[in-house]
Amino acid sequence: MQLTFVDWLIMLLYFVFVLGIGFALKRYMKTSKDFFQAGRALPAWICGLAFISANLGAQEVIGMGASGAKYGLETCHFYGIGAIPAMVFVGIFMMPFYYGSKARSVPEFLRLRFDEKTRALNACSFAVMTVFSSGISMYAMARLIQALHVFDGLFRALGWAPEGIFTFSIILSAIIVLLYIFLGGLTSAIYNEVLQFFLIIAGFLPLVLLGLKNLGGWHGLSAAVSAVDPRMMHEWRGVLHPSTNPMGIEIIGIGMGLGFVLGSGYWCTDFLVIQTAMASHNMDSARRVPLIAAVPKMIFPFLVILPGLIAIALPTPRTTTTVTQQNGAIIHETNVVPEIAAEGRGIVPAKINPVTGKAMLDASGKPLLDYDMATPNMLLHYFPTGILGLGLTALLASFMSGMAGNVTAFNTVFTYDLYQSYIHKGAPDRHYLAVGRWATVGGILLSICTAYAAISFNNIMDTLQLVFSFVNAPLFATFLLGMFWKRTTGHAAFTGLITGTVAAMLHHGLTLPMEAVPGIHGGWLAVLHRYPSDMAQNFYGAIWAFSSNFIITIIISLFTKPKPESELVGLVRSLTPKPETSHLTWWKRPEALGIAVLLGAVALNIFFA
Amino acid sequence: MQLDLRTPMGLMFSITGAILVAWGLKTNGDAIYAKSLGINANLWWGIVLLIFGLIMFFLGERRQHKLEEEPPPESDGTERRRGHGH
Repeated sequence: MQLTFVDWLIMLLYFVFVLGIGFALKRYMKTSKDFFQAGRALPAWICGLAFISANLGAQEVIGMGASGAKYGLETCHFYGIGAIPAMVFVGIFMMPFYYGSKARSVPEFLRLRFDEKTRALNACSFAVMTVFSSGISMYAMARLIQALHVFDGLFRALGWAPEGIFTFSIILSAIIVLLYIFLGGLTSAIYNEVLQFFLIIAGFLPLVLLGLKNLGGWHGLSAAVSAVDPRMMHEWRGVLHPSTNPMGIEIIGIGMGLGFVLGSGYWCTDFLVIQTAMASHNMDSARRVPLIAAVPKMIFPFLVILPGLIAIALPTPRTTTTVTQQNGAIIHETNVVPEIAAEGRGIVPAKINPVTGKAMLDASGKPLLDYDMATPNMLLHYFPTGILGLGLTALLASFMSGMAGNVTAFNTVFTYDLYQSYIHKGAPDRHYLAVGRWATVGGILLSICTAYAAISFNNIMDTLQLVFSFVNAPLFATFLLGMFWKRTTGHAAFTGLITGTVAAMLHHGLTLPMEAVPGIHGGWLAVLHRYPSDMAQNFYGAIWAFSSNFIITIIISLFTKPKPESELVGLVRSLTPKPETSHLTWWKRPEALGIAVLLGAVALNIFFA
Repeated sequence: MQLDLRTPMGLMFSITGAILVAWGLKTNGDAIYAKSLGINANLWWGIVLLIFGLIMFFLGERRQHKLEEEPPPESDGTERRRGHGH
């Protein structure tokens, strides 16, 4: 890759501003509330954009592009079904309890509603997951920087060995994220997430526009993608049976598994996103935060999925020889395309076996494609130097803000829910502020360790994500019952959560997607059932986890003693006065916004149908 | 919060836009634009970012001035409203 000083200048400018915002915010960080909760003083639009940006890390930008290239528009289900309804639900129904309970974190809400052990379980698993997630983000970024040869020129100029690029990338991102969170806490993280939100648009919108123009607009794209696989241009067609759509799933798996269990589990209970809403300045804003976030969330399929579709639809580069005659001399001009590109499809390269140097083949002899390179290759394909720097900056920013969200969630949960609760109670506020800062340092050091562990153990990322899915899948049932059924007890919630996780593990151990061998993909106990795809296995695993948690929690609640109703005011719907919205003009009320958002989501689904 | 994000954000996008415009003008007609279908992507997108950045910057500045002129502490409004809700 040819980067010139303009690209470096733009990247440097971003780093300067990111750190500058951290330094500018330092003087406002006087209490632990300022540091961990942004003083609960931010406007709704800022928190709303940070709400989706916290999730807009590498997995989203690279992963959705990859999924777009692999499955096509069916990927939009992750938005229309997986995110939007859950975001509306959390804003209208759940935020009054999160914000109104004055809990400082999601685990703390669980202690108020249930008991100490449920909080401890949630806080511990959450703290571990955030550290690992931020490590995975770091690792993925360093790998991408290596693959795109971003720093190669710089290293050559400085005479450093190219082996150091991985370490350099990790240290650089760690230092930047550490500095701005250490200085400005959650405010800094939120501000940078908003900055990154706009950077992603600035970097990806011109990419999509150029790609669409190249292929001849929407119709051109449609025709070119249909030539690859006609099912890819439809979100809903063939969704009644797994064999007739690219993802190999069907409507019940999507609706129940993705929409109701996984989507809600993430958007309604994950402190990583909830923390941004809890930082807003009053109840009305806190409820509006997820709804405001849902609006750009609806537009994001165009920005992150379309690059993948365009990448797969472009003509595959081939080695060509053009013969021209000039002044009687015959000139053979050969344009050699490396095998990795020629064996791919569109500009999505083939996966290369690092040992043999040959393209890796699937069971039917076709080359496996490296879908994760779809979006990065689009940047290289369309962007001349200058705007290329902007695109790369957007990519780096998305990795770093994904890390930052995890780190701020970690330091809050560690300080409030673990340190203050179990290690050192009743210290002055100043002490917890310092602990929070050092927890940031510790969290980032642990993330670095995770990133390095990922190099040595190839499967560590897949394994970790699998374990996270076991822990996360049952969560939503606990919150749903806790907030909407006053009879739910702490013992029941705790047992239900563990049952749900065990159910998810058992389900994974007993089932296997088609064409997979028992092991990391499932079936490590016995193979009782085969799913048409890993996506289907994932969705149904979530349904099993949710249902077993739901049923066990209800049964045990009926046999154990509930908390007295006076202690549940503000935590359970039937015992809490409805949030007052009559002082707002009708279109500013969360309910009105929620309906508008849902109508928009329906329109979008019809458009992509 | 005293620092309105729109000010530094506007500044950053304005500078980025200005850099892209300057670079786009300098390289206008170069072979590097074969990639972007012959469109001077730097120049045009630089102009878009510059306009966006300036709008953000002025919105942020205007709010900063308003806050300085009449300093009603924001947290008071928060407490009042919250009390209203419960």
